[in-house]
Amino acid sequence: MEGFDWGVIWANRAVLWDGMLLSLKLFVIALAGGIFFGTLLAMARLSSFKILSYPAAGFVNLIRSIPFIMAIFWFYFLTPMLVQKITGQQGEAVGPFTSAIVAFIMVEAAYYSEIIRAGIQSVPRGQPWAAYALGMNYWQAMGFVVLPQAFRNMIPIMLTQAIILFQDTSLVYVVGLKDFLGAASKAGQLSGRIIELYIFVAIVFLIICFGASKLVKVLQNSMDPTRQRAVKKDVTLNGPGLNTSGST
Amino acid sequence: MLEWKVFLEQAPSGGMTYLGWLMSGVLWTILVASAAWIIAFTLGSIIGVARTVPVKWIKFPATVYVEIFRNIPLLVQMFLWYFVMPEIVPESIGNWLKTEYPNLITLPFAQFSLWEFTAAVLCLGLYTASRVAEQVRAGIESLPKGQTNAGLAMGFTLPQVYKYVLLPMSYRLIIPPMTSEFLTIFKNSSTALTIGVLELTAQSRQISEYTFKTFEAFTAATLIYIVITLTVIFLMRLLENKLRVPGYVSQGGH
Repeated sequence: MEGFDWGVIWANRAVLWDGMLLSLKLFVIALAGGIFFGTLLAMARLSSFKILSYPAAGFVNLIRSIPFIMAIFWFYFLTPMLVQKITGQQGEAVGPFTSAIVAFIMVEAAYYSEIIRAGIQSVPRGQPWAAYALGMNYWQAMGFVVLPQAFRNMIPIMLTQAIILFQDTSLVYVVGLKDFLGAASKAGQLSGRIIELYIFVAIVFLIICFGASKLVKVLQNSMDPTRQRAVKKDVTLNGPGLNTSGST
Repeated sequence: MLEWKVFLEQAPSGGMTYLGWLMSGVLWTILVASAAWIIAFTLGSIIGVARTVPVKWIKFPATVYVEIFRNIPLLVQMFLWYFVMPEIVPESIGNWLKTEYPNLITLPFAQFSLWEFTAAVLCLGLYTASRVAEQVRAGIESLPKGQTNAGLAMGFTLPQVYKYVLLPMSYRLIIPPMTSEFLTIFKNSSTALTIGVLELTAQSRQISEYTFKTFEAFTAATLIYIVITLTVIFLMRLLENKLRVPGYVSQGGH
């Protein structure tokens, strides 16, 4: 136990901070892209056109059945090739960060689409019917009626998935990017103090993710009126009977 | 354009073809995941039950365990077990782990030692235990409170209520989420490649590096993962049907 040198963390603060910034950048882009494409995927999967729903289901199930690292390897291999095909330029244009971003967006889109699909299905069928009856088209009904309610229902689980995504950003280590973990690893090898740096990384992730999950729980309790009432009266609800939305 | 016969070529090490590498990857993916699942299921069940028990000194450590293990990325935990653990245990144990333990037995069809395998299994097992614990807890808490009360009113002790009333019911209810945890452990076992365990993902990458047949190598691994996924889903459906309580409709078919 003796012989730890925690000064090494302070000495490497700039490198670690840059790593954390890269992790955060990856996290934010993957989150936004994942939710955007995840929504499109979910809508495609729920579409009555088989030409949309089958490929969407195929993509989601494919991504979900392989390891995240395998998916990163795949997109790391495919992205430069595809970009080269599309732009006609040689492969140098696409860096490892871009490939990692594409991989993360695609994988998160698949995971988020499952959450969003459940969210859309939790909106009572009468809602889109009523929207159509009012003369709205598909995009209006989705954009103004169904999705706002669906997202409201989904916020807690989407935030929980976001915490998992933040942890998953550490996987870019496998393609040699200097995210928070990659930077710590590098600094540890250079200074010969890998133990202190890995412990530090673990503690930082623990604090961030634990704090965030507590915040999600607070938010979840404050925004769900049915749950609050149920807790107050100490009624044990059996089954999802009260889970309908729509009370504004 | 695609050259699948690359898998029949002799690989540079291990005295195998590239197909042999791939198969040893499958073997070690299955072994790491299965061994870790035994830890995860056993420990996860204990911790999950502990979190529902109305006794503070049992509940609190279980909650701490779950919060710690699921709020640190799996990859970081992998490094903690592999690199950090031998350094913070007493020096004699640490030295033994680093020098003698890896050579206790030679693993078949593996290009890594017993220590890499052990660290991967421990890490994956203890991490997944926290996820299993949450499923077990959710399963128990989803049962109506009346079941516990009825059990207690019949004169059961609390352990008896768990044994005869709560656990038989909740384990049946959580088969679908446990199936996805079981699938996740196979996928997560690929994280072990960072500490040198050559499982399926690592082997496919190694084949791609040696042969430059990246597409073929990744496709083969992907197809094998899909086969594993479908097999597990099929087996768990059989199990679910076999254990179904007549007349009790469980919601949320997988």
